[in-house]
Amino acid sequence: MSARDTILQRLRNRTGDQLPTPERDFTAMERPDWSTGDKLARFRSAMEPVHGEIHNCRGGDWVATLSGLLSDRRVSRMLVGSGAEPLATLRASTQELPDILVYDEPVENWQQHLFNDVDAGLTTTRGGIAETGSLILWPTAEEPRLTSLVPPIHVALLKASELFGTLREAMAAQQWSHGMPTNALLVSGPSKTADIEQTLAYGVHGPRELIVLVVE
Amino acid sequence: MNEQKASDTVDVREFHPRARAALADPQIRQNFRSAMDGLMGKRRTAFEGWDLEALRTLGASVRQNALAHLPDLLEQLEARLTANGIRVHWALDGDEACRIVTDICRARDAHSVIKGKSMVSEEMHLNHHLEQHGIDALESDLGEYLVQLAGETPSHIIMPAIHKNTGEISELMHDRTGTERSTDVEYLTASARQQLREKFMNADVGISGVNFAVAETGTLCLVENEGNGRMTTTVPPCHIAVTGIEKVVPTLADMSALLALLTRSATGQHITTYFNMISGPRRGEELDGPEEVHVVLVDNGRSGIYQDDELIDTLRCIRCGACMNHCPVYTRVGGHAYGTTYPGPIGKILMPHLIGLDEGRHLPSASSLCGACGEVCPVKIPIPDLLVRLRRESVDGDRLHPSVVRGHGAKRSTAEALAWKTWQWVHAHPAAYRLGTAAASHLRALQPDRLGAWTQYRSAPKLAARTLHQQVKDRRS
Ligand code: SF4
Repeated sequence: MSARDTILQRLRNRTGDQLPTPERDFTAMERPDWSTGDKLARFRSAMEPVHGEIHNCRGGDWVATLSGLLSDRRVSRMLVGSGAEPLATLRASTQELPDILVYDEPVENWQQHLFNDVDAGLTTTRGGIAETGSLILWPTAEEPRLTSLVPPIHVALLKASELFGTLREAMAAQQWSHGMPTNALLVSGPSKTADIEQTLAYGVHGPRELIVLVVE
Repeated sequence: MNEQKASDTVDVREFHPRARAALADPQIRQNFRSAMDGLMGKRRTAFEGWDLEALRTLGASVRQNALAHLPDLLEQLEARLTANGIRVHWALDGDEACRIVTDICRARDAHSVIKGKSMVSEEMHLNHHLEQHGIDALESDLGEYLVQLAGETPSHIIMPAIHKNTGEISELMHDRTGTERSTDVEYLTASARQQLREKFMNADVGISGVNFAVAETGTLCLVENEGNGRMTTTVPPCHIAVTGIEKVVPTLADMSALLALLTRSATGQHITTYFNMISGPRRGEELDGPEEVHVVLVDNGRSGIYQDDELIDTLRCIRCGACMNHCPVYTRVGGHAYGTTYPGPIGKILMPHLIGLDEGRHLPSASSLCGACGEVCPVKIPIPDLLVRLRRESVDGDRLHPSVVRGHGAKRSTAEALAWKTWQWVHAHPAAYRLGTAAASHLRALQPDRLGAWTQYRSAPKLAARTLHQQVKDRRS
C-alpha cells in the first residue's frame, strides 16, 4: 500500500471517540466599520513603527512625490512592471525620474543585472489592510514577483479607496476563495530580522526600505 | 519511525547533566533570560485591546475542527494543489520524506539547495541526509544560517540562535566566513545578506516549510520577516515544501484566525513582514517563480498521536514558541539541554511520540507543572495535563490506556512500584495505617535533618510528636 493510502487509512480508522467539532466563533476578530479616514490613520499607526514610510498623494501627484523621494536616495535605476499603469503615467510625466527598467523578460535572462544593478522596484497593490498595516500584493505576468523583493527599495502604490479594515474583510470582498494567483503576499514593512540578540536590523534578504504612496 | 540522527552526538537521556551544565553557565542563562523577558513583554503588548480568551477559544476550535476532518481535508488539499499544478508526495516517516526530496533533487541534477526555515526538515534531519547524497544544503534564515555555521541545532523554534549573543556571533562569522569582527548588528546582518545573495541566485532547489495549508484553495502559507522565505520559494527553478500532515486548515478564514494568533504569540508582532501565499508554480506568461513546486506531506508519528483521545491535542500546535518563552525550566536551562528537535513544553509532549518514551524518559518530568505553557498556548493545548499523562505512561504504560507511545513503562522501577503498592495497601487498611503512623511518631528523633536537594534551600519537615488520630482523640476527650 502506498504511503498516502496508509496514512489516510490510519486517520480514517481512528480508534478513539468521535472527535469534537466546537463551533468557530469569529466575533473576537471583528473590528468596527472604520471610515476611510480611520482606516488610513490605523494603517499609518501600524506600519510606521515597523519602518514603513507613508506619503499621502492626490491623484497624479504621486509621480512628483516619487521623484523627490528617489532623487533624495540617489536611485538611478527603477524596475517597473510592463502593465499599462503605472508605466503610462511615469512615461507621460515631466518629473525628473531615474532610468526606468521594464520587467518584460523571464528572470533567467537578466538575473545578475536584477540582483546587482537595480536600486528600486515600483509595484501596484490590490489594496491594504488597516488593522495590521499590510499591503496586498498580487503579482502577475505584468508585475512579476521579484519586483517587490530583490531591489533594496520597494515603492508601492496604494489607493486609499482600497483600504480594508481586516484581512478577513479583504478576502471576502475580493473573493479570494474563488481562486488564488500563483503567488499572493501581504507585505507589512521592509525586510527585517531580530535573530542576532533580539536587535532589529533592516534589509536582510528583501528590501531595506518600503515606501507607500497612498493615492487619494 | 525516523530515529533521531542528531542523537549520534546528543543522547536525549542525558538531560540532567546537560541541564546542570547550562544552569552553571551564566552566559547561557543571561542570553535566554533577556530574550524570553523581551518576548513575553512583546506578546502581552500585542494582545492589548483584544479579548484574548475568546481568540484562544477560536484558535482551539479552528484546530479541533481541522483535526476532526483531517483525512477529508488532506484529500481536498491534494486535489486542489494538483489542480493548481503543484505535485503532492506523501511520506510515512522522516526517512521516506528525505528520500522523496533527494529523488526530486536528483531528477533535476541539483547539487545546491537553499533552505528557508522549516522545523519539519530539522525533525527529518534533512540537511544530514542531503549531505550524504552529495547535495549542499544551506540555511538562509539568519538564525538558522548562524546555527549551521556553528555546526549546532536550533535552541528555539522561532529564534534558532537565541543562545548566542552578538559577541559570540561576531566571532563565529569571523572564523567561518572571514567577516570583520564587529558588535554592529547592522554590519553583521549586511555581511550575511551579501554572502547569501549569491547562493540564492545559484541554488538549484529551494526548500521551505509551511505554516498553514489551505484546503479550499490549495494554498501554502509561509510566515516570515526576512524575505529569505520569499527568495527560497521564488528564485530557484524548483521549490519543495515539506510539512507535517496536521498543518491543513479548511478555509482562508480559518487561516486568518491562526495567523492573528501565531505572530502575536510568537514575537508580539501584529503580523510578520511577509505573509507568503503560494498556490502554484510559474504559469503561462509569468516571468519569474519556480517552474516546479512540490509538497511533501510528512506523517512521522502524527497518525499515531491521532489515535489517542488525549494526546491528539498535541497536533493542534501552530509552533509559535510561546510555551517555551513562558516556561521557567526552558528559560533557565535553554533549548539545547533537552537534546531534541523541539525543545521546551511543546517538545516535552511531542518528542516522546517521535523518539519513544524510552529515549525521551526525562522529558515529561522536566517541568514544574506550573501551568504557564497551557495558559499562553494560542490553541489551548492542555500541555500540563498531557505531561501528567505521559509521566503516568512512562511508568505504567499499557495498564492505564492502550498506549500509542513507544517505550511506555520505560521508567518503571520495581522499588518505586513496590513502594507505591505498599502505600496503597497501608492506606486501605486502617489498623496497619495507625500502626505505621504511630511508629513514625515514636521514631521521629531518628529522622535525618538533611534530605538531599529538598533541604538545600529549605528546612526538613518534622513529623508530629503525636499522630493526627491521637490528637483528634485528645481533643474529643
Ligand atoms: S504548544 Fe501552543 S504555545 Fe507551544 S508552540 Fe505549540 S501552539 Fe505555541
